[in-house]
Amino acid sequence: MNVLDRFSDTELAAAVLKDISGLANRMSSRTVRLMEVCGTHTFAIMRSGIPGLLPSNIRLVSGPGCPVCVTPPGLIDLAAEISLREDTTLVTFGDMMRVPGTRRSLESAKAKGANVHVVYSPADLIPLAQNAPDKRIVFFAVGFETTTPSISWTLIRAGESGLKNLFIIPANKLIPPALDLLASDKNTNVHGFICPGHVSVIIGSAAYRPIANKYAIPCAVAGFEPLDVLLAIRMLLLQLVEERAEVEIEYSRVVTERGNERACEIIDEVFEPADSVWRGLGIMPRSGLKLRPKYQHMDALLSHHSCENPALDLIGSGNSSEAQTGTFSDDSMPSGCACGEVLKGIKIPTECAMFGTRCTPDNPIGPCIISSEGTCAAYYKYGPNPYGKP
Amino acid sequence: MCLAIPAKVTALDGEFATVDVNGVTVRACIGLLDDVEIGDFVIVHAGFAISKLDLAEAEEALRLLEQLM
Repeated sequence: MNVLDRFSDTELAAAVLKDISGLANRMSSRTVRLMEVCGTHTFAIMRSGIPGLLPSNIRLVSGPGCPVCVTPPGLIDLAAEISLREDTTLVTFGDMMRVPGTRRSLESAKAKGANVHVVYSPADLIPLAQNAPDKRIVFFAVGFETTTPSISWTLIRAGESGLKNLFIIPANKLIPPALDLLASDKNTNVHGFICPGHVSVIIGSAAYRPIANKYAIPCAVAGFEPLDVLLAIRMLLLQLVEERAEVEIEYSRVVTERGNERACEIIDEVFEPADSVWRGLGIMPRSGLKLRPKYQHMDALLSHHSCENPALDLIGSGNSSEAQTGTFSDDSMPSGCACGEVLKGIKIPTECAMFGTRCTPDNPIGPCIISSEGTCAAYYKYGPNPYGKP
Repeated sequence: MCLAIPAKVTALDGEFATVDVNGVTVRACIGLLDDVEIGDFVIVHAGFAISKLDLAEAEEALRLLEQLM
């Protein structure tokens, strides 16, 4: 595996940085804003100190790359309410535990006695459900295309094995519609996308071509080592200098143009696109997923509809797709919180008056400070002045 | 949340595999991939191998980069 260690090689990185400086000079005084749309990239960039190594006219901004951060607070409230039912175990990825809803987080529900269980893998849901036949196992299904195939595979196998007590709260989201929105929003002022490597493993680099064409915006699919990110930046700058707008793959050891077609088929078996609310961004057409009719009996929001819990009255007609569309349109942030602008790359965390003072990982107000891959969390952990200026 | 790590497949058991992550042995589902063999390198996310890792492609990318330097 030594070959992978070389993607952290400082001599190679220095050589690529020299290239980047040369390209930046050719942009004259223009400031170039390149957006990464993956929380894992945000952390990789901040951890390796890349912003401070770039020419002063090259800026990296973070987009809505953290699925936990963009989950509507109303849905978190609902998950917490479900977790308080005696006959239910609410299962979640650990990242979601401390993210605040409007009333509480899953962690605070657990402190009140709720049954909240953290898993590493969706595959763990099947033995959990098998071993607790008298419990309803409800999984809070968040994540982008990277995660959705594993959830889909689990639901298919659960169905085949006749499990009747496994449900999900469908909250998975799709990245290309978010890129489309960001590229169309003049306020974001983005000149190129560093596309998410592991989302692209599934959907393939071709998924970004319509956006590159429609908005004449360069795209580069990047890996997660420092050299990967620098090479992607170089790709994007070269495209800008040469006035090209293409989709290139830097992360070629893993990503292909067509992606993982088997995984896409597995998603397509279980889910179909639905309009979806993104916290901080609002409703975006066909940017989320709902269960296909064959799997709707596994939809926790549908199956809990008849219960007397007042929080569940939010479901209204019982159509869980409303959770992905209008019913949970509460996408607002807490008063004074700038997470909405941070998620669109309009502000950096230090431009929020509460960052690091009223809002810290120990006392989170917005979602971006508490998620393990939130932009505010990255700035808090690795230094609030990544460009080395006060 | 899209963190995924390289791992080497050391044993196969139906739709699951034993993989080596920097010396640590873990179980991963390989149901999302075709034709996984012992010795393959894969990328593992949330307990699922989501892609094979092409080390020859990585070496080629580095070789091309070094030529340009």
